[in-house]
Amino acid sequence: MAFAGRRDVPEPPDFGILKRLARDQLIYLLEQQHEVDKLYKVDSRPALSTSDQFCFLVRPRIKTMRYIADIVNADKMSGRSRKYKIIFSPQKFYACEMVLEEEGVFGDVTCDEWSFYLLPLDEDIISMELPEFFRDYFLEGDHRWINSVARALQLLNSLYGPFGKAYGIGRCAKMSYELWRDLEEESESDGQGRKPEIGNIFLMDRDMDYVTALCSQVVYEGLVDDTFRIKCGSVDFGPDVTSSDKSIKVLLNAQDKVFSQIRNEHFSSVFGFLSQKSRNLQAQYDRRRGMDIKQMKNFVSQELKGLKQEHRLLSLHIGACESIMKKKTKQDFQEMIKAEHSLLEGVDVRESTSFIEEHIDRQVSPIESLRLMCLLSITENGLIPKDYRSLKTQYLQSYGPEHLLTFHNLKRVGLLTEQAAGETLTAVESKVSKLVTDRAAGKITDAFNSLARKSNFRAISKKLGLIPRVDGEYDLKMPRDMAYVFSGAYIPLSCKIIEQVLERRGWLGLEEVVRLLNGNEFSVSDSTVEDNPTWESQRVILAVFLGGCTFSEIAALRFLGKERGCKFIFLTTAITNSARMMEAMIEAKA
Amino acid sequence: MDCYTANWNPLGEEAFYRRFELYTMEWSLKEDLRDCLVAAAPYGGPIALMKNNVRKEKSPSTRPLLEIYSASGLLLASIPWKSGQLVQLGWTASEDLLCIQDDGTVLIYNLFCEFKRHFSMGNEVLQNHVLEAKVFHTEYGTGVAILTGAHRFSLATNIDDLKLRRMPEVPGLQKPPSCWAVLSQDRVTIVLLAVGQELYLLDNTSCSVVTPPGMSPSAGAYLHMAVSFNYRCLALFTDTGYIWMGLATLKEKFCEFTSSVRSPPKQMVWCLRPRSRQRAVVVAWDRQLMVVGNSTECIQYKRLTIEVLLDRLVLRRLYPLAIRICEYLRLSEIQGVSRILAHWACYKVQQKDKSDEEVAHAINQKLGDTPGISYSEIAARAYDCGRTELAIKLLEYEPRSGEQVPLLLKMKRSKLALGKAIESGDTDLVYTVVLHLKNELNRGTFFMTLQNQPVALSLYRQFCKHQERETLKDLYNQDDNHQELGNFHVHSSYSEKRIEGRVGALQNALDEYYKAKNEFAAKATEDQIKLLRLQRHLQEDFDKPYLDLSLHDTVSNLILDGHHKRAEQLYREFKIPDKRYWWLKISALANRGDWEELEKFSKSKKSPIGYLPFVEISVKHHNRYEAKKYAPRVTPEQRVKAFVLVGDLDQAADAAIEHKNETEMNFVLSKCTASTDAAVAEKLNRARAQLLKK
Repeated sequence: MAFAGRRDVPEPPDFGILKRLARDQLIYLLEQQHEVDKLYKVDSRPALSTSDQFCFLVRPRIKTMRYIADIVNADKMSGRSRKYKIIFSPQKFYACEMVLEEEGVFGDVTCDEWSFYLLPLDEDIISMELPEFFRDYFLEGDHRWINSVARALQLLNSLYGPFGKAYGIGRCAKMSYELWRDLEEESESDGQGRKPEIGNIFLMDRDMDYVTALCSQVVYEGLVDDTFRIKCGSVDFGPDVTSSDKSIKVLLNAQDKVFSQIRNEHFSSVFGFLSQKSRNLQAQYDRRRGMDIKQMKNFVSQELKGLKQEHRLLSLHIGACESIMKKKTKQDFQEMIKAEHSLLEGVDVRESTSFIEEHIDRQVSPIESLRLMCLLSITENGLIPKDYRSLKTQYLQSYGPEHLLTFHNLKRVGLLTEQAAGETLTAVESKVSKLVTDRAAGKITDAFNSLARKSNFRAISKKLGLIPRVDGEYDLKMPRDMAYVFSGAYIPLSCKIIEQVLERRGWLGLEEVVRLLNGNEFSVSDSTVEDNPTWESQRVILAVFLGGCTFSEIAALRFLGKERGCKFIFLTTAITNSARMMEAMIEAKA
Repeated sequence: MDCYTANWNPLGEEAFYRRFELYTMEWSLKEDLRDCLVAAAPYGGPIALMKNNVRKEKSPSTRPLLEIYSASGLLLASIPWKSGQLVQLGWTASEDLLCIQDDGTVLIYNLFCEFKRHFSMGNEVLQNHVLEAKVFHTEYGTGVAILTGAHRFSLATNIDDLKLRRMPEVPGLQKPPSCWAVLSQDRVTIVLLAVGQELYLLDNTSCSVVTPPGMSPSAGAYLHMAVSFNYRCLALFTDTGYIWMGLATLKEKFCEFTSSVRSPPKQMVWCLRPRSRQRAVVVAWDRQLMVVGNSTECIQYKRLTIEVLLDRLVLRRLYPLAIRICEYLRLSEIQGVSRILAHWACYKVQQKDKSDEEVAHAINQKLGDTPGISYSEIAARAYDCGRTELAIKLLEYEPRSGEQVPLLLKMKRSKLALGKAIESGDTDLVYTVVLHLKNELNRGTFFMTLQNQPVALSLYRQFCKHQERETLKDLYNQDDNHQELGNFHVHSSYSEKRIEGRVGALQNALDEYYKAKNEFAAKATEDQIKLLRLQRHLQEDFDKPYLDLSLHDTVSNLILDGHHKRAEQLYREFKIPDKRYWWLKISALANRGDWEELEKFSKSKKSPIGYLPFVEISVKHHNRYEAKKYAPRVTPEQRVKAFVLVGDLDQAADAAIEHKNETEMNFVLSKCTASTDAAVAEKLNRARAQLLKK
C-alpha cells in the first residue's frame, strides 16, 4: 500500500488497516495471482527491491507521480528492466498521466483504477478516507474531489434507494449535489423506483463551522482521537496505556462492547462508568464459586471467553483514561478549556489573548497555539490589527519564519484574519453576499471567497442560542442538549444547523443565519419519491461532511437522534479534529 | 399421392433430397462467374463481383468493374476498378468489402461501393506478392490470411485492430501447398496446410507435422480441405477419392468415405442438414454433387439477432423500415429508434449539397431530446467529413458539456473546449484542456486565456507547484501578484543549500512583500535575513549548528551554552518581548542547572512574569531547595499555590487563612496527609469553621 507521505498534508490513512481492509479486494488478488512478495509505503526514499515487477497503489497526486517517475528513470539509468503498474484510487487524473509523459516514463508504466470510494468505519460512519480533501478544496481551490463525492453519493443512492429530501449548505455541498444529480440523470440508474431506505440527506461544508472543529474534544471518542489519533477506525495504544512494553492496535467501533458504551460520554463520567463496569465483571467472575462441575463447564465454554475479552478491553480503556487524565488534568489543560469557553462565550477576550500569547511564548505546543489563535480570530470575526501582528510575530519567533506561509494559508481559508480597519462589517458582508448570490460567481473559483469571508460567529451564536444559559450545574451524566459534548458550554454550530433544518423541513425562518453563513443553502424534494411519513426511512438522515467531521459532532448528532427518535448516518471525507486541520494548513520546509 | 414424392431422390439409404428454387436471381450476368472474382457475405448478405479482373489486354473497354448485388441479385452499386491487381474479395462481419491486392494492400469499401480506408499487410507481402488470400471470421472479428510468393504465411486476426503476424517457415516448402485453411482454436489463429501427403500445422512459433486420427495409410496426397464455419470440423479430400471427416483439433474422427471421383473437387463445404441437424460435407465437381455425413452430434449455429438485422437495414440506408420494425417489436428507444436515428444523422451530415444550418436544423428536428442520442458522436462524424462548422453547431445540442470537449479539442477549438470543460464540473476534463492549451498556444496567449478562467488557473497553478515551479513565478508575475511572488521566494529559499543563496531568495521575497505593501511579511523576512546572518556567525564562532533554528531556540541555545552576552544582544536586537525573554531564560537556565545564574537573573529587575514560574521551573527540575527561595516573592494571590508546590503546607495554610479564602483552604487541606500534617489540617479546619460562622 503506498500513499504519498507529505509533511504538509494530514497523515495518510493507516497503512496496516487499509491493507487489512483491502485484502479481500485487491491485495489478495495481487498476492494470490501475482505473488507479491513485499509491500512498501511510498515515501521519500525509493524502495529497494530485486523484484522485476512494481505495483503502486496511490492517490492521483502529481508529487507521487514524480516519485514513481524517479524510480523508473533510475532503473533505466542503471539498465534494470522492470514492469511497473500504477493503480490509482479512487480514480486516475489526466494530470498524472501528463506528468508521467513529461518525465518520459509514460510508455514504461501501465495504469489502472481502483474505484474505492466508501470505507465503512462503523455501523453509522462511512469515510471516504480523503484527508487531503480539506486542504485541496478549501485552501488550494481544487475541485478534483467533488467528482469523487458525487460518485460516492451515486453509489449510496444505488444501494439504498433515492433520498426523499436533500438539504445542504456551502458551495462545495451545492456543487457536489448538483454534479451527483447530473450523474444520476445521465446513468438513469435502476435505483429509482426502489423503496428508499435513507429519507433525508444533509450536506455541509466544513467552512460553515470551523469553530466546532477547533474546540478541544471532551467526549471519550473525541478525546481518544485528540490524544492518540484514531486512524481508519483503529488506534495504537502505546506502552503507557497497555502497561506493558508493547503497543496494541485496537479497533474502535460498536463491536467493542466497552467502548460502545462510553464513546459518546463526557469524559468526566467515563471513569466512574469503567469502575462500575469492572465491579460487575468481577461479580460475574465470582459466580464461579459455588458452581458444580456442570455449571463450571458451561461457564468456561460459554461465558469465560466473552468475559476475558471484555476484561481485556476494559483494562485497555482504563489504561487509556489514566493516560488521558495524566495529560489533561494538569493545570494547563483546565486553563486552556477555560480560555476556550471564554472565547466561545465572547467574554474576557483580553485575558484569553494574553493566555494565548503566553502559550506561544512558552512554546507549549505549536499546533495548540495555532489552534487557539484561530479560535480567537474566528469567534471575534478576525483579530484586531495590533493582536494580529503581535501574535504572529510571537509565533514566528517561537517556531520559525516558515510559518509566514502558514499564516498566509490560514488567512486564505479565513481561519486567521485581521479585522478590516476602516471598513465596517456590514460593508464587507454585503460585498460578500453579493458575490456569492450571483449565479455566475458560484461557478468561479472560491479563490476569492475565503479572502472575503467573515465568520460572523458571535451573531450566529446569538441567533441560534449556541451558548446555553447556565442555571446551576450542567449535569453531564444526564445531558439536556447537545452542548454536553463541550461540557455544557457550547452547542456545536454544525449540529445545531442540521437540527433546525430538519425540524423546519427547510430553511424557512433561518434566513438571517443563512445570510450570516454566506448562503449557498438548498432544500430539494425528490418528486419521484413518495412522501410517506410512516416509512422508517423518514427517520434516517445521511449527514455528509465535506472537509471532515469530528467525533464530537458525531456524538452530538447521535444524542440528537436518540432524543428525536431518528438515526444519523455519517458520510465524511475523513474524520478530523483540530490538530489535523491545523496540520493541513502548515507550510513545512519542503 | 405419389406426386408429393415425385421430385425427391434417394441419397444413400435413409435420406432423400429434392431441388426447388427459392427465388430467381434478378441479375442478368453476361459473364461466366468462373471468370469473375466473387464473394458472398455470410448470413445471406450482399454479393460482390469483380468483372474483367484478369487483364489480358489493357484496353479501356475491359477495365475491371466492381459490382455489388443484394443476395437476390439486385444491383446495389458499381464502380470501375482503378486500383491495383486484385487477388481476393471478402466480406467482414459488418458487411464491409475487403479487396485484397497482389501487393498486399487491402482496400475497404462499404456495400455502396464507397471507399472507407485501406491498410497494408506489410513489407514482406509487398515484396513477395500475394499468391493466395483468405478472409476469415473469428470471435475477434474479421481477419485476413496471405500466402506470399515466397511461400510464407502472414495474417492479421482483426482488421480493426491491425496486428500483423508472420507465421514460421514450413521446412522445405518450395511450391505452394495443395490446399490450406485458417483455423481458430482456443482463441489462437493457426494455419493448416497440406503438401503432398503431409499435413502441417502452423502456429505463432512453430511448424509441426500432424496426422489425423484414423487416417487410412493408403489415402494418398491431399487435394482439398474444408473447415466448418465455427472451426469445429474439418474435412480432407485426397487423390484416391478418400474423404476424412473429424474434429478440426484432429482429436477425433467422425467418419471416412471413399468416392468414385478422384479428381480435385471445385468446392467442398460443411453444411447442416435441415431438421436432423446433422453435419455433412457437400463436395462439388463440375457436374457432380455429393453429400457425405453420418454424424449425430448437434451444432447450434448462432442465429442472426434482431440487432444485427437492424444493423443490416441501417447499412442499406433503409431507415424508415428499420424504425418501423423497432416500433413493431416495441424495442426500447435506446436500443431501437435512437440508434437508428443516430445512424441516419451520421449519414445526413455527409450530404454535401445542404448548408450547415439546414443539416443541423433537420437533425435536431428529428432527433430532439431522444434518449440515447449522442450529438457529439454525430458531430464527430460531421468533422470527419470535413464539416467543422456543422460539427460545432451540432455540439450545441449536446446536453452533457463534458461530452463536447474531446471533439472540440480535436477541432482545435480549445478555448471553447475550456469553457465547456469548466461547465461540466469535471476537474480532470479541465486539466485535460488546460494542458492541451499549454502545448497549443504560445505562452502569452495561454496565460491570458487562463486569466479569464479562475478555475482553470487555479488548477494549472496546482500543476505548476509540483511540476514547473518557474512557470508559477511567471504566472504570478503576469498579474503582479507580489504577495504570492513573495511566498514563492520564501518557499524557494528552503531548497537553497548555501546560506548566500538562501539570503538572496529571501531578499527577493522582501522586495515583493514591499511591493505588495505587506509590511508585516516584509519585516518578518527582514528579521529572518538578519537572523540567518547572525546564525552563520554563531556557527562559526561556536562550531555548533544554529542554522534553521527559530529565534526563540537560537537564544535558548545560547543561554544553554552559557553565552549570556550573545543572548542578551539578540534579545535587544530583535526586540524580543520581556515576557518571552524571561520565560525563555528561566527555562534554559533551569535546563542547564545554573541555579546561581537563575537567582541572579531573578534579582536583575522586577520579573514581568512574576515569581511563580521560578517556583514551577525549579519544582519541575526537582529542586525544592531553589524553589523555596522564590515562594515568598510570589504575589499574594498565587502564594498558596507556590507554597503547596514547594511542599510547605504550613506556610500555604497561613497564606490561605490570611486570605480568608475557603477554596484555598480546601485546596491546602486536600494536600494534607493525616499522619504528617495533622497540625496544619487542624489549623485549617479551625479557620474554616470560624470563617463559616461569620
